[in-house]
Amino acid sequence: MSIRRRRFLALLVLAGTCAALAGCEMVSHPRSTISPVSDFGWAIQDVYEQIFWWCVGIFVVVESVLLIAIFRFRVREESHERPEQVHGHTKLEIAWTILPAVILVFIAVPTIRTIFAVAAPAPQDAIRVNVTGEQWFWRFEYPDLGVLTANELHVPVGRPVEVSLHSNNVLHAFWIPRVGGKRDVMPGRTNRQVFTVQKPGLYHGQCAEFCGASHALMRFDLVAEDPTSFDRWVERQKAPPPAPVDARAKEGATTFLTAGCIACHRIQGTPSQSTIGPDLSHVGSRARIASGILDNTPENLARWIHDPQAVKPEAKMIIPKKLSENEIEALVAYLQSLQ
Amino acid sequence: MSTKAAALPRLQEEAYKGAWSWITTVDHKRVGILYGMTAFSFFLIGGMEALIIRTQLAGPEGTVVTAGTFNALFTMHALTMIFLVIMPLGAAFFNYMIPLMIGARDVAFPRLNALSYWVFLTGALFLNVSFLVGTPPDVGWFAYAPLTAKAFSPTHAVDYYIFGLQILGISSMMAGFNFIVTILNMRTPGMTMMRLPVFVWMTLVVQFLVVLAFPIITVGLIFLQFDRFFGTHFYEASAGADPLLWQHLFWLFGHPEVYILILPAMGIVSEVLPTFSHKPLFGAPFVIFSGVLIGFLGFGVWSHHMFTTGLGPVADAAFSTTTMMIAVPTAVKIFNWIATIWGGRIRLTTAMLYALGFIAMFIIGGLSGVMHASPPVDLQQQDSYFVVAHIHYVLFGGSILGLFAGIFYWYPKMTGRLLDERLGKLQFWLQMIALNVTFFPMHFLGVDGMPRRIYTYYGTDGWNGWNMVATIGSYVLGLSVMIFLFNFFRSLRAGKPAGADPWDGATLEWTIPSPPPLYNFARLPVVTSARPFWEVKYASAAQKAQMEKAEKERGADHIHIPPPSYWPIVLAFGMAVFFAGWFFNYYVNVAGVLIVLAATFAWVYEPGH
Repeated sequence: MSIRRRRFLALLVLAGTCAALAGCEMVSHPRSTISPVSDFGWAIQDVYEQIFWWCVGIFVVVESVLLIAIFRFRVREESHERPEQVHGHTKLEIAWTILPAVILVFIAVPTIRTIFAVAAPAPQDAIRVNVTGEQWFWRFEYPDLGVLTANELHVPVGRPVEVSLHSNNVLHAFWIPRVGGKRDVMPGRTNRQVFTVQKPGLYHGQCAEFCGASHALMRFDLVAEDPTSFDRWVERQKAPPPAPVDARAKEGATTFLTAGCIACHRIQGTPSQSTIGPDLSHVGSRARIASGILDNTPENLARWIHDPQAVKPEAKMIIPKKLSENEIEALVAYLQSLQ
Repeated sequence: MSTKAAALPRLQEEAYKGAWSWITTVDHKRVGILYGMTAFSFFLIGGMEALIIRTQLAGPEGTVVTAGTFNALFTMHALTMIFLVIMPLGAAFFNYMIPLMIGARDVAFPRLNALSYWVFLTGALFLNVSFLVGTPPDVGWFAYAPLTAKAFSPTHAVDYYIFGLQILGISSMMAGFNFIVTILNMRTPGMTMMRLPVFVWMTLVVQFLVVLAFPIITVGLIFLQFDRFFGTHFYEASAGADPLLWQHLFWLFGHPEVYILILPAMGIVSEVLPTFSHKPLFGAPFVIFSGVLIGFLGFGVWSHHMFTTGLGPVADAAFSTTTMMIAVPTAVKIFNWIATIWGGRIRLTTAMLYALGFIAMFIIGGLSGVMHASPPVDLQQQDSYFVVAHIHYVLFGGSILGLFAGIFYWYPKMTGRLLDERLGKLQFWLQMIALNVTFFPMHFLGVDGMPRRIYTYYGTDGWNGWNMVATIGSYVLGLSVMIFLFNFFRSLRAGKPAGADPWDGATLEWTIPSPPPLYNFARLPVVTSARPFWEVKYASAAQKAQMEKAEKERGADHIHIPPPSYWPIVLAFGMAVFFAGWFFNYYVNVAGVLIVLAATFAWVYEPGH
């Protein structure tokens, strides 16, 4: 009975593995690590698949031998009959020391090859992005293109991207599961990651190193688009946002400048030039706000401005002056107009 | 080898009753029981923390606890399970069983042994008292700098972490030296090193790991304390330091710590499997040497916890290779265990089921470990739920199952009664299934990109289903522990009497009554093989006659039992006062030092020792 149960369990585990692998190919897993869309992701995937199948093979063989041993040599009745007292077997010991070592060579060789491959320097034409991890949002700066933005990273498909990772506070980790592995974002040193996204789309990223209260809410989006769209995006980011036309938005612009928002935020073409908080020059054009956690709707934006700490625990955003519902509504209209 | 103790003095056993006798005890068996009881209490607390964590994560956007509470819970769950459960449960067995297995009447330094328990209790209370004052550690159990700096963690939360671990470190170091000396010096005549039971060998390896690894974390914690209290800059990047220093120090301790957690369980399994297969351990020298090698290599792999920090391809390749090398001695152990039961007469008692379950589950934890030994793969798996799954297969599927095997195996020796086998088997199967239902889906969550240490997620992330499954599994795990508690207390009163040797054991502890008398062995046994009791039980008539003759020729033993002492608890109290001083003022520190000095002085001149 117990043997059958154990076997059933092993089968269940195997079946589960297969089901999950199949499942990950489906759209229901937007953050899957095993359906890569970049060269970097595929390099990892290749090693992972090889190791995975070695492990499955070893698992099946060793667990089977274990089960066979239990099944064959189990006794139910209590007796004082002694089995043969075997103390060891030197040749066997040598064999099963060498065997795992040989298997490990098959794992180590592609591993080491890939370690060096993914650490290769970026090609000349790579788009450089400086990524800064904050508590709790992401700052993206394209030094060669003159673009500064936050929480929404845009890259052209088919062109190498080199991200340089830096932090002025605690540790973070930059991770877009479908693009590839994570890299720590640390104060005092700059880490790099090079990848070429091959498939256009919206991919999700997140901080993977515990960084304080709202670590769970430190997300971002990666927009991989065709080169023309990317160029258009760059042009729009470089230019100041259009001046507000709507009366409500104009009122919001005044509130923005007088309520204290300028202490931390930058909006191009206005006196608000601080870069402590996220750049808001084109915040209206982003898909999500509050570092990838809320859809960019007027309701969510109002909710955020109303009480940032209720949305994101211990968020550093301070509202120096108590805002009326009216003022918040105006601010939302203004921010939405920043396309 | 005689088990007759009739002619011996009662040796104050009558006086050995009541709470005071427990406070002043220096008897290794009682210290072992104290360790075990304390550790199991914390197992319940740590389990509770885990259940709250799982409840919060059962569905998207959980509202059971706040972000801050969640962060404290996962930090404390890890610290509790590692330092207050698995390590001291191991210590409970070291304390109780090592002297019995090597044929000694106590450990080398009985009062130091009591002291290490009281200091352990102090450290455990230090860590947990933080909950009562509202600032539990909330920076993760490896507390990466610079999140622990005053600027980012202004409350006392990190201080409880620092001092809790420092105190626990002192306790572990004392116990470490004590057991090294005990195992090397207190062996009964004929108990050569290669005749030591494998559990004793693994204990010896663990103690060396403790005394070599804990000083490293001590240094790291002192740096951290100096940064926080005296404005130094050991981990402050803006002052030119590298916060990565903490990670190196932490993992240079932390990886040997992983083997400190698993080797005792491997030792237990190496005792249980042969007993219930009626065979000696297959290739015992290879199992022992593999354990030593694992301990040795364990110091050369720490940076595999840091593949994402960007150490460079050469360092990554080097640490990847050393990490993979550890898989070899681990595999050798597993093969030897399987060969041990192969051809045996296997009795599937609860203890045996747990030992077999250990092998089956540890294989899974070992294999996922091989996956993230590969740095490119680790870049995806690091800090994801895949790693959470891995650590739980190693520490629950490994250490905890191994320790349960030990509990079912040695409970009769400690209490004189057997645990109920039917309840035990129910508990085992429930736990086996629940453990896989809880932790296996975490592999899928990790592969689906769920980072660890997140207090919430969204319905659109694709993580709902497996999280719910894992939560359900965790409740069943909780239930299985309740069954054990019931079984434990019921069997204390109503369990079947065990007798001296309920399992047909081969080692020395089964030669003496259950529970053992205060002095353990009426006469110190003389050992002639690695399975001393087996050789006696299954000797031919001629051999038996010869042994009896030799026994008669030996004179009576002089039995020295160290008298009880209250100085260990006073000294531990002094340490508590000293460390509490950091939360109040320096006068309290000074008072603590004075108490420690006074207690040490009194300790040295205590009569009767």
